[in-house]
Amino acid sequence: MKKLLIFALLLMATVAIASPKYGGTLVFGRGGDSVTLDPAHATDGESFYGSTQVYDNLVQFKHGSTEIEPALAEKWEVSKDGLEYTFYLRKGVKFHKTEFFKKDVELTADDVIFSLKRQMDSNHPYYKVGGAYEYWQAMDMDNIVKDIVKVDKYTVKFVLKKPEAPFIANLAMDFASILCKQYADDLLKAGKAEDIGKYPVGTGPFVFLKWIKDDRIIYKANKDYWGGRPFLDKLILKVIPNNSVRAAELKTGSIHIMDFPNPEEVADLEKDPNIKLVKQEGLNVGYLAMNTQKKPFDNILVRKAINMAINKQAIVDAVYAGFGKPAKNPIPPTMWSYNDDIKPYEYNPEKAKQLLAEAGYPNGFETDIWAMPVPRPYNPNGKKVAEAIQADLAKIGIKAKIVSYDWGTYLEKTKHGEHMMAQLGWTGDNGDPDNFLYVLLSSAAAQVPAQNIAFYKSEKFDKLIEEAKVTNDVAKRTELYKKAQEVFYEEVPWVPMAHSIVVEPMRKEVMDFKLDPVGKRRFDKVWLNK
Amino acid sequence: MLSYILKRIFWAIPTMFGVSVLVFLMVHLAPGDPALIMLGEHASKESVEKLREEMGLNKPLYEQYIIFISKAVRGDFGNSIKSKQPVIDEFFERFPATIELTLVSMLIAVIIGILAGIISAVKRYSFFDYLSMFGALAGVSMPVFWLGLLLIYFFSVKLGILPVSGRLGFEYYIEPVTGLYLIDSLLANDYPAFFDALKHLILPGIALGTIPMAIIARMTRSSMLEVMREDYIRTARAKGCSSTRVIFIHALRNGLIPVVTVIGLMLGALLAGAILTETTFSWPGIGKWIVNAVYQRDFPVVQCATLIIAVIFIIVNLLVDLIYAIINPKIRLE
Repeated sequence: MKKLLIFALLLMATVAIASPKYGGTLVFGRGGDSVTLDPAHATDGESFYGSTQVYDNLVQFKHGSTEIEPALAEKWEVSKDGLEYTFYLRKGVKFHKTEFFKKDVELTADDVIFSLKRQMDSNHPYYKVGGAYEYWQAMDMDNIVKDIVKVDKYTVKFVLKKPEAPFIANLAMDFASILCKQYADDLLKAGKAEDIGKYPVGTGPFVFLKWIKDDRIIYKANKDYWGGRPFLDKLILKVIPNNSVRAAELKTGSIHIMDFPNPEEVADLEKDPNIKLVKQEGLNVGYLAMNTQKKPFDNILVRKAINMAINKQAIVDAVYAGFGKPAKNPIPPTMWSYNDDIKPYEYNPEKAKQLLAEAGYPNGFETDIWAMPVPRPYNPNGKKVAEAIQADLAKIGIKAKIVSYDWGTYLEKTKHGEHMMAQLGWTGDNGDPDNFLYVLLSSAAAQVPAQNIAFYKSEKFDKLIEEAKVTNDVAKRTELYKKAQEVFYEEVPWVPMAHSIVVEPMRKEVMDFKLDPVGKRRFDKVWLNK
Repeated sequence: MLSYILKRIFWAIPTMFGVSVLVFLMVHLAPGDPALIMLGEHASKESVEKLREEMGLNKPLYEQYIIFISKAVRGDFGNSIKSKQPVIDEFFERFPATIELTLVSMLIAVIIGILAGIISAVKRYSFFDYLSMFGALAGVSMPVFWLGLLLIYFFSVKLGILPVSGRLGFEYYIEPVTGLYLIDSLLANDYPAFFDALKHLILPGIALGTIPMAIIARMTRSSMLEVMREDYIRTARAKGCSSTRVIFIHALRNGLIPVVTVIGLMLGALLAGAILTETTFSWPGIGKWIVNAVYQRDFPVVQCATLIIAVIFIIVNLLVDLIYAIINPKIRLE
């Protein structure tokens, strides 16, 4: 009885602590500045950090997951043939009023049509503003969307060229954010169309106030936000390029949350009584692609041998400082349809040697490993990983030379298949397995300049992922993707190396901050317990 | 004097020409088609072709250079590939921050460097002399980012008396007029913001100023020692001038001649060299901007920044030579 009473009291205490408070300014410390605040033109995560606060999409990722939920569209319907998507907009949603846009404008179908059609229609006045729409093109939207039509003031219909199951997830991505048509028209009339990327007007939880380049972006709460007023009064995204300096800022309390700490500094931060950590498995994979169009990597046995020769666990422990786990599939475990029944290739140099002999290389061979020159969430130190792989391969008689270039050249050259083996990785954009399997491993993606840098071409694999692409039935798609992972396992075009764990250190008073697997940073439900 | 000035200005012209050619060729020597790089890999053939036309990439190289330079002279460096904003606007958004930091660190370097140099020279082989020369040696050898981190850990994290990084605390905002926060805050009568901006300048100012400070100290010391051996100093002493007067009026004036040259040269170098300091202290100047541009192959940005810095460098050099000629008339005759 006493225990129960204590329990009840504790419960009440937690409830009391956990009830959110309004007010305060949150400063978020990040590594780089936004390039543009027009999400349709941005290609870098830092730009999306800046725009995501201001804008909403028709649909969004449920906070902390890859599931899709309604946002500006209250609901949607898909036609039987999968070619027509009808979205019913939330009524009474208002665009922000700011110093540079004082009109009172309600969201309608026209805004949706403006925001997306400008990216596909070459006659659209905004088509040429700000250069190419890279994400629209990267997601192959030109070959998916035929037309976008207004049904009535609050209803929009997307007509597709072909059934495309990942389409709905694409609409939750930043490039599909909904901008204000009236504002864009005003800018165009004033001859300042380019300003749309500098002074954003959206419907999102925060209203843009100021952007001091390379320093900070300042927002205030949107008190009329349809999803409920954010708890914070103000939000500041502050640029602090050096990771150690960012950690120092967190320790002194001048920022509340820090992005991307140095893995080796995390333990020290964790010791600080004012700091806590939020962790999440990243939606990513780091891999070593073997160029399957080149000898000896056209031989499955060689590829299997290499998979068995590399000690992934040791690499994850040493290079990822424990913030990661060895991979066995090309998609991360947080992704739906992840095939957990697959047994990873065991680390077994002896067996690897046997396989190599079977393949006709009893004495090994000479090759090269390309090392990524920049740290990425899925691979914190390409050079160290390459050295570990080099040492492992030497044990089975493969002499590998480490090659590296500056990042731009590296990407350019790997896209053209100049390498034998090369490290690379991927962070999911839309939470759909298609975004990994099709983008990185389909024959279509093996066309130069290729995203599929293993130049893996498998009819069996292609058939499965293409069928999954045109089916809207999630159970069916799951089954197909699981099978595709089996094919991948058999034909092993890569050594899947690791999935990283994202760690976000923050002050103790920051409450309800969640990391999104798709890499977003959202603050609409965050509050300060002071 | 006039002919000397004209001669020096005349000589600056081929230098500028050379720099502009190099900056122009940078884009053409880099691997890959500039138009393709600018549009990204997903661009269609037509749009690449169109951009090539717009950029004049189909024209002969010398014609392209003439177009480039005639635009650059008018301050038109095109748009940044990444942000699509005019490069020159982006430059001036950040440049005042770099100027402010450079001037403050130069001020710190000159004041402390010259004072330490004089005292070292006057009290040669004293404890202070050894200490300051050791300090100068350490200052020259210490990497800026390392020193910056040490300063941050000691003064900000441990002692908590100075801010870690940035130009201004988030509770302040200064409307830019000149872009120099120290001046703008005073113009706005915002004294708390002024002191906050000043506090933010101290650590990066020291970090950036340490190397020039050390060089100036050593230069001043050796130059002063040399001058103090001259006959006219002995004469002044013999005439019964006070030693303060001898040091500051007679010796320093001549002793500073080489130091002025060095200060001038370093001012240019500091502007360009603020990159590491700016990154360490999250200083929103041109340093970080240039580094990013290089990574992202944002050629118009790199071209603009390189050219402007080079021109500033040349102009500062020119001014130094002229000042030098004023304080040392012998130079003009050579």
